[in-house]
Amino acid sequence: MVNPAIDLVIQLGIMFAIGAAMAMAFISISHLLSPRSTNPNKSEPYECGVVPKSDARAPFNVHYYLVAVLFVLFDLEAVFIYPWAVSLRTLGTPALAEMFVFIAILLVGYVYAWKKGVFEWE
Amino acid sequence: MSDPIAQLIFLIVKAILLPVLIVLFVAFVIYFERKFAGFFQARVGPTYLGPWGSLQSFGDIFKLMSKEDVTPARADKPVFKLAPYIAFIPAFLVMAVLPFGPVGGEPNLFGYRFDYVIANFDAGLVLFLAMCALGVYGVVLAGWSSNSNYSLLGGLRAGAQMISYELAMGFSVVGVMLMAGSMSLVDIVDRQAGNFWDWYFIPQIVGAVIFFIASIAELNRTPFDLAEAEQELVAGHLTEYSGMRWGMFYFAEYVNLVVVSAIVSTLYLGGWRAPLEVLDFIPGPIWLFLKICVLIFLYMWIRWTIFRYRYNQLMSIGWKVLLPLSIANLAVTAVVVSLVG
Repeated sequence: MVNPAIDLVIQLGIMFAIGAAMAMAFISISHLLSPRSTNPNKSEPYECGVVPKSDARAPFNVHYYLVAVLFVLFDLEAVFIYPWAVSLRTLGTPALAEMFVFIAILLVGYVYAWKKGVFEWE
Repeated sequence: MSDPIAQLIFLIVKAILLPVLIVLFVAFVIYFERKFAGFFQARVGPTYLGPWGSLQSFGDIFKLMSKEDVTPARADKPVFKLAPYIAFIPAFLVMAVLPFGPVGGEPNLFGYRFDYVIANFDAGLVLFLAMCALGVYGVVLAGWSSNSNYSLLGGLRAGAQMISYELAMGFSVVGVMLMAGSMSLVDIVDRQAGNFWDWYFIPQIVGAVIFFIASIAELNRTPFDLAEAEQELVAGHLTEYSGMRWGMFYFAEYVNLVVVSAIVSTLYLGGWRAPLEVLDFIPGPIWLFLKICVLIFLYMWIRWTIFRYRYNQLMSIGWKVLLPLSIANLAVTAVVVSLVG
């Protein structure tokens, strides 16, 4: 408990270990208690009682991909904003103007995506 | 005994006590959810196990443990088995940065300084957002690896929903960062010192409401529980899970509910601080616990009162309403903070 960086690793590591230990305990106790019986019909994917006709590795709507790409863009923007937000008081008004320019540029992309109908799910 | 060793002992005590207490509390949160659901719908809810059915959750845990853990033949087995852990563990890391009482200052326990936080991390808020993002992995991997059509659709829906609302969440907390000048949850609570009108939910009311709505979507609860819409997707990404692996997803959902309620009270409702300075003699953990209980009741109230949204409505609310509003809130807060100082 001397070096803050090493302390943090120890503290988060202990919490991770406790979470993982709890989860593993649940699963292993359940493995001791639970019955096991194999049956080819039981291990089919659920499809309301009928035999599945199609595999789930099928194409799906491209909208999910567009949303994911937009998420990456905006989340990166947010990550740039966090350190700016913490030190705005020391940086003063010029930093405020700079960040407004930055947000305005990204809002152009946002409006473009809106006009292109990325947010329309019909 | 030197101070580093004392701190290490305190750390181990805290790191064992806090998760165990939260997990025990979660068992009762699940009971109250079912009991309140009963009352909201003019039923009685669980009644048999224990007084007023209060031990129902423990009975459920033993039932789930004694059920078979089926892995579908066509599933991607390692990922299928890993996904419940990914859903379960991140909430525990968030507990580490959560202050539940005063931090720093004079020695207060046997001549040593006992900090009421496990890790006094400068970027605790970023850790919380990162762990929220990891939660998406648990859901999407569960849906993908099951190799079932319902699971795949449920996982995709949940993934798109969670990342959409995470943006609104990420932008709405910038207001708090601007006002506190820090990303550390300990500092954020310290800046809200005083009475309840000093808490951030008054200047940051827009941010607080956005954060609260986004957290409902993040927790996959009604009105945003599209991922598990029973009528269309059976159980979404959980369709192929059974026994205790399903139980872990369910449990993780409620651990997340408690942790997110704690984060909302830390960011906007003064954390462990008393609503009035004269009430400071009551210890911080009790105040935090009361605030968590009130917020959990609010989440339950919303869940059993408001109908589920359609998917296009859900995405419109996230991208066309909450995101612009949170950016506007950020801009206004930034202008006010740099003018007033």
